[in-house]
Amino acid sequence: MKCVIEGGNVKALGHAVHALSRVGDHLYLEPSDAGLSLRAASTSRSAFASFLFVPLFFQRYEPGPPGTRCKVLMKSFLGVFRSLPTLDKSVERCLVLLRPRAGRLVLQLHCKHGVTRTHQLAFQECERLQAVFDTQCCASRLRAPAQLLAEAVVHFPQTLAEVTLGAAAGGRIGLRSHLEEGSEPGKAMVTELWLAPDEFQEVAVVPGSRITFCLKEFRGLLSFAEASSLPLTIHYDEPGRPAIFTLDDSLMEAHLVLATLLDPESDSQPPPATNGRVSHPPAPPDDFADDLESYMVALESSACEGEAGAPPSPNFSLHTPRPAESDPEEEEDGAVPGTPPHKKFRSLFFGSVLTPGGPGPAPSQEVLAEDSDAEC
Amino acid sequence: MRFRAKIVDLACLNHFSRVINTIAKLAKTCTLRLTVNKLYFILSDRVANGGVSMWCELCQGNFFDEFQMEGVAADHNEIYLELMPENLSRALKTAQNAKAVKIKLTNKHSPCLKVAVELPSLSSSSRIVTHDIPVRVIPRRLWNDFREPVVPDFDVSIYLPVLKTMKSIVERMKNLSNYIVIEANLSGEMNLKIETDVVSVTTHFKDLGNPPWASEDGCQSSAQGRDLQSMAEVRIDIKKLQQLLVGQQVNPTKALCNIVSKRIAHFILLHEDVSLQYFIPALA
Repeated sequence: MKCVIEGGNVKALGHAVHALSRVGDHLYLEPSDAGLSLRAASTSRSAFASFLFVPLFFQRYEPGPPGTRCKVLMKSFLGVFRSLPTLDKSVERCLVLLRPRAGRLVLQLHCKHGVTRTHQLAFQECERLQAVFDTQCCASRLRAPAQLLAEAVVHFPQTLAEVTLGAAAGGRIGLRSHLEEGSEPGKAMVTELWLAPDEFQEVAVVPGSRITFCLKEFRGLLSFAEASSLPLTIHYDEPGRPAIFTLDDSLMEAHLVLATLLDPESDSQPPPATNGRVSHPPAPPDDFADDLESYMVALESSACEGEAGAPPSPNFSLHTPRPAESDPEEEEDGAVPGTPPHKKFRSLFFGSVLTPGGPGPAPSQEVLAEDSDAEC
Repeated sequence: MRFRAKIVDLACLNHFSRVINTIAKLAKTCTLRLTVNKLYFILSDRVANGGVSMWCELCQGNFFDEFQMEGVAADHNEIYLELMPENLSRALKTAQNAKAVKIKLTNKHSPCLKVAVELPSLSSSSRIVTHDIPVRVIPRRLWNDFREPVVPDFDVSIYLPVLKTMKSIVERMKNLSNYIVIEANLSGEMNLKIETDVVSVTTHFKDLGNPPWASEDGCQSSAQGRDLQSMAEVRIDIKKLQQLLVGQQVNPTKALCNIVSKRIAHFILLHEDVSLQYFIPALA
């Protein structure tokens, strides 16, 4: 892989790395024909982020042989892009070069006055990092300028771990500090903020719905979005289902998938589960949806590497091999809300089915955004 | 018991948050005493505070556009609350360009000081941010613990040099020693000293001036008849002094220090309507 990034795009890359560093300790680089994808997942698999920069983003882009992937320590990669103002001021061009033989990922920053900074990072060949989620299945959607959300989040203390996002009946959107379980009530400060719906670009939320998620990773994505002044879309469903934060641009797309807390708060408001179902008919039944959207990150083993030469198969990798799979509509008809399979089981299930029989290690990038419903 | 106040003026709001920030730097928890005309932030000298105490007094009229309070009883028309000033400081930090800030005592689930900030927005309605700051209402029988400290019977009272200068000196001295000796006389001279096994450093200040205390009440006896050249000294924890110098954001128009030899250093910072007193006990 070899790519060259110029001017302001170097800063965008830097911001992306900063956002990713909030998520995980390792950075996964995955070049493909669709572009260069940078990903990270938290060790507890409760957060996943991916940034895809399309070939047009680069001044020059050669993805190299399919299946090339590597993982580097986030700390070392972040070190290269640590100071964002410096990137902006002095770096003119950035070269990213993967040298599998030498076992080095080379990052070269061409700065003003002919200064060239070369960083050689050790990398590991790695499995594919993939989260399974589907924005289509989320009952609620919010779209707002990054600045609005950034100005909202700034009111919450840096030490606060989680925040609850909720929709009031009047369409107003609220954010509220989430106090950890076990913390004494009346000990911690509770901050609450309400935003009028007309400050958003789009509000399609289930009234009364709310989710609780981690602020740290969200803040990271927000600062990226703010820097590139892109609107941010939040897709969410019931508590416990992942919330998906997306950014779209002609040159890049970003996804952040965050686990949400199962029961947000014991308040008077009942969980709006039925509500959601009624107003959004295509919502699939419980266990099916759970699987589809499971925020768990299924890791494919690097054993697939050998098949790399095979043409990348369509992106039903996560879908077709599952024996339990059936047509969503059909299943919905006869939906018997049963106990969803145990989370742990499901993640193993993904792994075992996908690793040996998976149709290929490099399904195209769409998998990132959505599951393969379209394929059926 | 009721309390409700409102700040509309931005300059007042910023001034108020600077005072709160100062308090927050000096005390983790403190007592807020509300009376009809004044607000007090009080830290009483408990062992847990390292013997340090603080008394900060502001006139509500200089900050608030509305200020209504009803104390526990007509003859005790006051409210004493315990709170973490850091919370209040945080709440005000993001209120820099607020249209209005309301502060209210509530008791929904537990007693809280509710700070409601009205912020300008791009839409027709403003954004409202509320912070519920937990407080503890201090019962009347404990009020005596929070009486105004008397100005100690000091040996020397002296105006302080520019606090910024003092700050940078103390910060450097802090790297060398845990204790600092402040000594001053009635001829406007003050020395800041550290003494360790390997190094002694002294910074001398002169022509600082001595405040004319005696005229206010005649009881400041120790300073009277004192040799103008003889130094009164006090050895204190350098961190406590640094905390005051670093944390203060009131930019006082007058700053002075009263020294009771080998017992206490008493600092007074005055800025128009705000007065901050800070007591640091001497170490043996």
